[in-house]
Amino acid sequence: MHDTGKILLGVIIFLVLVTVPVWYNAASDRADVVPDPKIITTADQCVMPTDYMREAHMDLLDDWRDKVVREGIRVHTSHDGKKYNMSLTNTCMDCHSNKADFCDECHDYSAVGQPYCWDCHLETKEGIQ
Amino acid sequence: MSGIDRRKFLTIAGLSAAAAIGRKTLGQTPSSSASDWARLPEENPLTAHRWAMVVDLKKCREEGDCTKCIEACHLAHNVPRFDNPKDEIKWIWKEEYESAFPMQEHHFVQKDLNRQHVLVFCNHCDNPPCVRVCPTKSTWRRDDGIVMMDMHRCIGCRYCVAACPYGSRSFNWRDPRPFIEKATADFPTRSRGVVEKCNFCAERLSRGQLPACVEACEAGALTFGDLEDPDSPVRELLSRNFTIRRKPNLGTQPEVYYIV
Repeated sequence: MHDTGKILLGVIIFLVLVTVPVWYNAASDRADVVPDPKIITTADQCVMPTDYMREAHMDLLDDWRDKVVREGIRVHTSHDGKKYNMSLTNTCMDCHSNKADFCDECHDYSAVGQPYCWDCHLETKEGIQ
Repeated sequence: MSGIDRRKFLTIAGLSAAAAIGRKTLGQTPSSSASDWARLPEENPLTAHRWAMVVDLKKCREEGDCTKCIEACHLAHNVPRFDNPKDEIKWIWKEEYESAFPMQEHHFVQKDLNRQHVLVFCNHCDNPPCVRVCPTKSTWRRDDGIVMMDMHRCIGCRYCVAACPYGSRSFNWRDPRPFIEKATADFPTRSRGVVEKCNFCAERLSRGQLPACVEACEAGALTFGDLEDPDSPVRELLSRNFTIRRKPNLGTQPEVYYIV
């Protein structure tokens, strides 16, 4: 047991290497960055309560997709009784037309990146950019 | 390593795994409430027991090289235009008489008919071979007879393309977006790697509109209606005219009828 020093050194180097991303982010202030999606719409309510949308908009979009394509149901009735067309481009993007500052803000932060919705669905009602 | 032996370790590991799986499964149940919303009928959709189309080739012939129906369809569905025929995406197009009706051609077919390019599209078969071969159920026959496509589920295997005897299905070999001349926001585009075809304008029917091609045809050569309604315009035409269908011997029961 004469290698205690070498082993300790090795363990320390290993720990430093493994935790480099943490130190690097701490030093560059990026750890403090919090996503700040900007809502530019003048409408006072989304198709579901904001808390629900924040947590489960992906479930809602999946549900809309299946209802429209597979079942032919195209009208969504919200929690407050309003009716909406189940359409990503025509309903969601009508209010949230600032995809870069709204969708991408959190998606980039959480490394969800670009969901492939946009391979087919248009970002704006004006058509293909 | 004196406090924990092999047996204890395995017991603890097993229990932890079981607990983790149990929590994950239980944790997922509340989110399913999203699909329990009340299902409301549409505002004023067009509905039928079995949609069908009658194409009057006589009227089509009188109009010559008219392509208004094709243009209207391609605009309504963001159909791209490729110059290379290998990449071509076809929803509604024109075919030579002998290709459209291969069992009904001979050397002496009525001249103007033989020279005519016949308007063809998906036949929305009663017995669709494309549906039978689809491994992901991304294409299926709706209760109203429309053979639908779900691009979300399509894995691009092209079994349906091989199965369709009418060539009605096109595969997106390339990203179609750069090749769409004029886009509409009412309909999505497609991505590379999915199959597409005519959908009898299911999205327009749900808004109470007739298919785009029918609406665009000023000559009245295209008639759309419910085959099971004896008073519908298609039944009216079928009862008064001799009509043929494409490759009826294959048993697919196509729902597009031609007055020749």
